[in-house]
Amino acid sequence: MKILIKGARVIDPANNTDDVRDILIDGAKILKVEKTIAAQADNIIDAKGKIVMPGIVDMHAHLREPGREDKETIASATTAALRGGVTSILAMPNTSPCIDSAESIELLKNIIRKTAQMNVFICGAITKNRLGKELSDITGLEKFGAVAISDDGASVDSDEIMKEAMQHAKKKNILVLCHCEDKSLSADGVVNFGFTSTRLGLKGISRESEYKRAQRDIRLAEETGARLHITHVSCAETIEFIRQAKKSGIKVTADVTPHHMCLDEEAVLEYDPNFKMNPPLRGKEDLAAIKQALKDGTIDAIATDHAPHTENEKEIEFDRAEFGVIGFETILSVAITELVATGVLSWPELVKKLSYNPAVILKVNKGALAPGHDADITVVSPDKEWQVTKEGFASISKNSAFLEKKLKGVVEYTIVSGKIAYQRG
Amino acid sequence: MNTRKTIVWTKKDLLGLEYLSRQEIELILSTAESFKEVTTRQIKKVPALRGKTVVNLFYEPSTRTRVSFEVAAKRLSADVINISTETSSVKKGETLVDTGKNIEALKVDTIIMRHNCSGAAAMLARHVSASVINAGDGWHEHPTQALLDMFTLKEKLGRIEGLKVSIAGDIAHSRVARSNIWGLIKLGAEVTVCAPKILIPPGIEKMGVKVTNNIDEALAGADAVNVLRMQFERDQSNAFPKQLEYFKTFGVTRERLKKAKKDIVVMHPGPINRGIEMSSEVADGANSVILEQVTNGIAVRMAVLFLVAQANERLKNENTD
Repeated sequence: MKILIKGARVIDPANNTDDVRDILIDGAKILKVEKTIAAQADNIIDAKGKIVMPGIVDMHAHLREPGREDKETIASATTAALRGGVTSILAMPNTSPCIDSAESIELLKNIIRKTAQMNVFICGAITKNRLGKELSDITGLEKFGAVAISDDGASVDSDEIMKEAMQHAKKKNILVLCHCEDKSLSADGVVNFGFTSTRLGLKGISRESEYKRAQRDIRLAEETGARLHITHVSCAETIEFIRQAKKSGIKVTADVTPHHMCLDEEAVLEYDPNFKMNPPLRGKEDLAAIKQALKDGTIDAIATDHAPHTENEKEIEFDRAEFGVIGFETILSVAITELVATGVLSWPELVKKLSYNPAVILKVNKGALAPGHDADITVVSPDKEWQVTKEGFASISKNSAFLEKKLKGVVEYTIVSGKIAYQRG
Repeated sequence: MNTRKTIVWTKKDLLGLEYLSRQEIELILSTAESFKEVTTRQIKKVPALRGKTVVNLFYEPSTRTRVSFEVAAKRLSADVINISTETSSVKKGETLVDTGKNIEALKVDTIIMRHNCSGAAAMLARHVSASVINAGDGWHEHPTQALLDMFTLKEKLGRIEGLKVSIAGDIAHSRVARSNIWGLIKLGAEVTVCAPKILIPPGIEKMGVKVTNNIDEALAGADAVNVLRMQFERDQSNAFPKQLEYFKTFGVTRERLKKAKKDIVVMHPGPINRGIEMSSEVADGANSVILEQVTNGIAVRMAVLFLVAQANERLKNENTD
C-alpha cells in the first residue's frame, strides 16, 4: 500500500525542512520526501495549502483503561487523539491496576494491541501502587517495554526512594517523568495560592509546592545522571530552576500543557470546574514566563495531561470536583491559535515542541519525516476555524477547558504507520 | 433617602457583592428602606411576591439566616418551603445540580441556598432558571449579611462613604468578611481587617483593605467595628487555652473601647461567643447594634427577594417574546 501526499508545506524540524514537498509512503514507512514525486500510489492526497508535519507525540496522557472505562477507554482515547493529530501517546500508570509490574504491563499491552489505533507507549510507576513506599520492578517494567517511569500525581516524597529510582532509571536508560508537587505544601488546595484563593474562598496550592519539588528532583538527577523530565510546568520559579539546570548540563527536559500556556488563574473566577487542574492555573507573570520558556527552549515540549472525568465527578462543587481536563482534540488547534497566530512560536518551532522533541526525549523513532522513518503524519488546514463543543468530542468525557472557544487549525488526515487512521468527514 | 432610582436591577441571582456595582448595592439598600417601613406597620405583609414560591435549601445548619429569609419571604406573601439536607435525598448522594433541577421542576421561583462549598451558589445558578440567592457559600460570600451590616451602618451614621470600618476575627475563613469588604470598598469606606497573622488570607490587600494584627490599632479612630465569630468549633484541639488567649489579645472589651471613638458602632453577625471575640458588656452595651442588625436583616432580604424575582420575571418575558 502506497500513499502519496502532494504539494503540502512540509515541516520537519529534524531535517530542517520547511518547504513544499511531496511525500511517498510505502507500507509503514516513509519512502521519499522530494520536491516532486511522480510515483504510482494507491491513495493520493492533494494537500495544497495544507501543512504536513510528523504526528504529535503526546508525552502525558491518562487513558483510564484498565479500571475506569466509564471515563475513557484506550479505544475512545486513541480515536479522540487521532482527531487531534496525535499519533503517539505516553500512557500514565495511574490505572487500576496500577502499571507497576510485569503482570500489569502485560495486561495493558494486551488491551493496547487489541484496541489502540495508534502508538501507545507506556509509563510505568516508580513505586508500587504509586504509594511512594516501595520501588516497583523498574527493571521488569523496562524489559516489558516501559519507556519512562513516573508516579505522576503522587510525587515521591522520600528523597532516598526517588534517588534509588533514578539510579535504576539511569542504568536502564529510561526517562523519569515528574509531576512536581510537595503535598505537605499544597495540602488540600484547589486553586493558585494567593489573591485568587482568597477571593474565591478556596484553599490554595502554592508555587512553592511545585518548585521546591522540582529543585529536589533536579538535584537528584544531577547526582544520579538520570534523564529527568518535569511535566506540566506551571510557574516562573520552576522554569528558572530548569533553565539554570540546563545551563549547567544536567539532563533535564520539560513540558507544558495547552491550558497552562494560554490560561491564567482568572479563568477560575466563576468556579467552573473545567478550570480546576493540578497544578492550578497560575498568575499572569507565570503565563508570561511559560511563553518565554517556550520561545527560548527551556520548555521542550507541549503535552496534554489529557485527564478525562465523568460529568458526575466534574460538574459538581468546585472543592469536590476532580482535577484535570481532556486535551487530545484541542492540543494542535490551541497551540496554533495561542502560539503561532500570536507570534510566540514559528510553525517549525511548534512542530518541534509537539512532535520532534518529545520523540527525542522518549527515545522513540517518531517525530520526523525522513525516509526510513515510521510514517506517522498529520495533515492540517492551518487557517480553518472551528468551534469546540461537547457534542463534537470523541472522548467519552467532555471536561474541556476550551468549550465554546473558536480555534484555528483543523486536522484533515492523521496517518499512523502508513495507514490513514483518520480523515475528516 | 435616595428616591431617584436611575438604575434597574437586572440580575436573576444574588451570588456575591464582588459582582455588583456601587449603584446596584445602593439600589438594594434604598429598596430595603421602603421595606423596613412595612415591617413597622400593624399588618406587616405586602402582596409583592404573592403566588411565588421560595425554597430555603440549607446544606449547613443555620437558624438565624434561614428564619430571617423565611420571615422576609412571608412578609412579601410568598410561599416558603424549607429543605434541610439532613432529611432530603442529598443524604442519598444526589448531586447539587440534580437537587437544583428537581426543585426547579416544582416550579419554584427562588432558591435561597446555604452551602459549605465556596462557589456552590454560582454552580447552582448556572444550572437553574430560578433565581438563586446565596445565603453563604463556604468561605466565599454571604452577601445579605454584608448588605444588612451596611444598611445598619448607614442607618446609624447616615452614610458609608468615607467611614472607617474595621473587621476583626477569622478573616481567612469568613464569608461575612469578604462580602463586607467588597461592599464597603465599593461604597467608599476605608476598611481595615484585623486578625492573628495565620488568619489573614494571602493577597487580601488587593481587595483594597489595610491589614493589622493589633486590635487596638483596628479600633483606634474607627467609626465602626464588625466583630466576627471565632469558629473554634472547627478546631477541637486545645480549644480552651486558645480561646482565652484570643480573648486576651483580640477580644473587644470595654477597656479597649475606651480608647476608641466614643460613639463607635459595634456589630456582630451572630451567634456571639461571649468572652471570646467580645465581652458581654460590649455585646449588650450602648455601642452595640447587634439586635438592630437582626431586625434590618428582614428588610434587606425582602429587598433582595423582591429585586431578583422582578428581574427574573422580566428575563423570562423577554425570552418568550
